[in-house]
Parts: sequence; structure tokens; C-alpha cells
Amino acid sequence: MNSAPIIEIRDLRKTYLVGKVQVPALRGVDLAVERGEFLSIVGPSGSGKSTLFHIIGGLTPPTSGQVRVADQDLSALSDAGRTRMRQRTVGFVFQKFNLLPNLTAGDNIEVARYIGGGNHKGDPHFAEILRLLGIAHRLGHKPSALSGGEQQRIAIARALVNQPAILLADEPTGNLDTENSKAVLEILRSLNERTGQTILMITHNPEAAAYGHRIIHMRDGRVVPELAVRRGDAENTETTERKT
Amino acid sequence: MRTLLSVLLIGVPATLILSLVGVSQGMSEDAQQRNRSIGADIVVRAGNAQNVVGFSASSLPEGYVKALEQQPHVKLAVGVIVHNIDFPLTMTGVDLSQFNRLTGGFTYLEGGPLRGAYDVLLDQPYAQQHKLHVGDTWLQLNQKWHVAGIIAPGKLAKVAVPKATLQELDAATKMLTTIFVKVDDPAHTTQIAEQLQKTFPNLKVQTMDDYVSITFNPNNIESVRVFTRVVIGIGVVIAFAVVCLTMYMAVLQRTREIGILKSLGGSKTLILRIMLTEAAALGLAGTAFGIGLSFGARWAISTFAPASFPMIIVPLWWPRVLAITLAASLVGALYPGLTAASHDPIEALAYE
Repeated sequence: MNSAPIIEIRDLRKTYLVGKVQVPALRGVDLAVERGEFLSIVGPSGSGKSTLFHIIGGLTPPTSGQVRVADQDLSALSDAGRTRMRQRTVGFVFQKFNLLPNLTAGDNIEVARYIGGGNHKGDPHFAEILRLLGIAHRLGHKPSALSGGEQQRIAIARALVNQPAILLADEPTGNLDTENSKAVLEILRSLNERTGQTILMITHNPEAAAYGHRIIHMRDGRVVPELAVRRGDAENTETTERKT
Repeated sequence: MRTLLSVLLIGVPATLILSLVGVSQGMSEDAQQRNRSIGADIVVRAGNAQNVVGFSASSLPEGYVKALEQQPHVKLAVGVIVHNIDFPLTMTGVDLSQFNRLTGGFTYLEGGPLRGAYDVLLDQPYAQQHKLHVGDTWLQLNQKWHVAGIIAPGKLAKVAVPKATLQELDAATKMLTTIFVKVDDPAHTTQIAEQLQKTFPNLKVQTMDDYVSITFNPNNIESVRVFTRVVIGIGVVIAFAVVCLTMYMAVLQRTREIGILKSLGGSKTLILRIMLTEAAALGLAGTAFGIGLSFGARWAISTFAPASFPMIIVPLWWPRVLAITLAASLVGALYPGLTAASHDPIEALAYE
């Protein structure tokens, strides 16, 4: 059993070139995430949360620093290497669900399975996930016929179909009402507890963040260490935020 | 809607190509059939005669008819003079009594044979196309012709007039365009034709088989060959442009979807493959639509110009048109496909 952190980040920097202007999005992030951990990342807009996600998810390369994800050094990976990593190592859940509109829910999942090279339709692990998500009866419908909560559950199923080491959820409840938000968060927590799925979740909502084992705050492209809290201290989170 | 329009636009050049091929081959088959049906075994023309009958001058002295008839194994020789009228149609001057001996005569659907100098016989499709009936006056070559009879199609001429009249109008008195020869032993036609060629080295002597297969083969007519290539070229350009535009629009419309596929681990190759597959499907559907439309074109041509352009459907060309359309479609999809494949996934996901 590998006990090393599944994500190890040291002095991660990312600078975007907007026209001729260099815009720093990450200014030296240090972070370690253990296997099976459910980590919530909070912070204001522009704090670098999404950029951090995009780098961990292999959507964009880091400008400098060390990023190891599931024993792979992302700074050394080519574009094709990062593409392969997205196929099997990480799964994304987006705020806007991002399902392919012309395909049924089931086909959305199958596309991800196909891209990931998976061929395990009878996979008991995934069957358990589908049962947990409670969407087995909605797989024949197109996204337009599904509620927001159902779409997000399909998106979660799609993200998990290839059994990724890490699930990256970017504001997964941002487009949902309170009831559906709670249902999705319960599902994420349940997935984490029952299957040991490592989850990183970006959120603006302190109540949603409290579902994680740990909450880290980001500001101005850095993790703010003094604001990191563990589950059980969630009530302190709001207090701490109010102090800042 | 975009897809349907693309299929339509790809189908049009496919129809153009198929119609052009269908018309040229239809005309060829029609001409071959009309010449074969007259019952001659050998065809004699002036030594400088061109492959296209309509372009050949009336430069064959009539005296050759008698000279040919005096040759061994020649049973009968009949000369005709041909004059271009409405391209691709010709008017044929015949001596009806000789012509009847050779062919057994025309089948009259209306009226009867040529009697007056300016009588004319029209075949049924031509009469239908020009709405002419027996007794009508028909203006041609600055003359008023009297429609004496409507004949069944398929025997030598669509428009037949007295030979002497056409020779006079053509300022080609005692001159002919072609002499048809019937031999006594059709099994030895080739040897007889070779012997005639030796005897008359200044003439062009061909068996009927050679004559129709060489003279009426559209591939042997340079202008038809060039025209076909030009139309194919235009078809390729249209299919290329349509697919290129369509796929470029598709890439713009589906930027977010491309981002989704990339976030799932879709490689550049996969995205390009999807785009090329869609282009191939468009090419395939466009070709199928074009083939269907060519049947419509045949109906329209046979309804409105049955005599001028006897178009046929040429299934042999379907795979060729498919190959042309597919090639143009795939090349057309290449640039949009590469653009899609190189999309930045983050920008694509943020696209609204």
C-alpha cells in the first residue's frame, strides 16, 4: 500500500499571458492531499482555485514548481501525457454539468468509458456507484430531460466510470437548489466513505465545504495556511473567515 | 438544419457530375443504337473525317457509292449527307428508296414518307420536344419544311430530309458525309473492310462495330473529356468549400463539447477523427442525395428535351462520385478538424 500523498505540490506557479501582459494565477502553492481524503478548497473569485484544479487535472501545464499526482510528475508530462492522465487518473465534475447535449445520460457515461479505454460494463464497483447515485433509471434520457440534480449525478457517474484516482469537483452545487445541493454533497461524502475515493472540491459555500475532511483557503494565488481547518472545526471556519 | 443544407449542397455537384456523364453516355448509346439499327456492316467516310460525325464535312464524292457497290462481297451501298442543326442534333439527307432497301424503311407513327423536296421526317421524341405534327411547317436552315411524317425513334436519323435538297442547301452537290455498306457475308466483315480500305486508301473504312464504338465513345471526344473533368473539378471545389464551411461552423458551435471531450481525456487524434468521420458521413449522404437527384434530372431532361439529351443513369459512376465527394469532404474537414483538435480545453470549456 502506497502511503505517500496522492497529490504533492511544491512552490507551484502559473502565469497566464493575456495579450502581452503576464498575469500570475498561482504564486507558489504548497499542498499535499492524502489518498482517500475529501478536501474542500474555498476562496474568492480569482484566488487561483480553478487554475489549481486545471493543473492537478492535467488541463494545463504548470509554469514552474513540482506537481506529483498519483505518482506522475505533471511538470514533466507532454500534452499527450496529460491527455492520457485525464483518461484514467482524474475525473472532472463541473458547475455547469457539461454533459454532451445530444447524447443520452447513458451515452455520456459510455463516451467517457470509451475515451478512457475501459471495457467493464459489468463492473460491480461502478454498479455500486450507479446505485449510490440513484440514476440507473434515468440513463436513457437526454440531459435536457433531466433535472439539474440528475444531470450533476450523471456527471459524477461519468467522472467515476474509469475509476480515477482523484475526483475533481469544481463548484458541483453552484447551479443547484438547496435540496439538490445537499443530495449531491451527501453522494460525494458517501462515495468517499464507502469507496475511499479521493475528492477535491472547489466551493464558495461554507456549508458545502464542511463536507470535506479538510478545508483549505486560497487567496491571491496562494494557500492561506492559517485558515486551514479539519472537519469538526467547520463552525470555526465561518468565525475564522469573519475575522479576516 | 445545417447538416441538411450541407448534404443538399454536396449533393448538387454530385448530381452535376452524374448528369453530365449520364447525358454524354446516353447520347453515345443512342447514337450507337441508331447506327447499328440500320443494318449496314461497314461504314465509309472521307479520309479526313473526324471522329464526331456532326463535325465531318460532306467531302465524300457520290461516285464512291457505285464504285463500292462494284467491289466483291458488297451487296449494297447507301450514301447520306449530315448537317448540324441544333447541337447535338443533326439533319440527315437520305435517298429514301435506297435507304429503305438497306434498312427496311422507317416506321411511320403519323403521316408517310418524303415526297416533296422540302418534306421532313421527324422522330417521335423530336416532334414531341418541338410540339410538331404532320402537316406543320418547320423552320430550319432558313427554309420552311413540311412535316410529312413522324417516325419511330432509333433508326439512323432524328430528322430526315431528301438527300438532294440537303446537298443543294449545303452547296455540296453530289457529295456525301457517310456511305453505309451491306456485305453478302457478315461473318467476314472485317476482312472485307480491310480489302475495301486497300482498294480505297483515301477513304476511311471501318466495320460498323469499330465505327460506333470509336466514333460515339464520349471518352474519344476530347471536348467531352475536358468538359467532364472541368465539371468534376467544379464539383470537388464546391464539396470542399461546403464541407470546410460546415465543419468550421460545427467546430464553433461545439467548442464547449470539444472542451468536454478533452477534459475526459479525448486526444487530438480522437477529435480529428470525430470531425473527419462527420465529414465522411456528410460526403456519403451528399452523394446518396446527389444520386437520387440525378434520377430527377433524368426525368426533367426526358420530359423537356427528350430528343436532344437522352440521359441515362450510369451506376458505374456512383462509386467514382462517392470517391470524389469523400475526398473533397475529408480535405475540407481537415483544417476545421485540426483547429478543433488544437483547442485549449480550458478555453473551450469556458466557451458560451
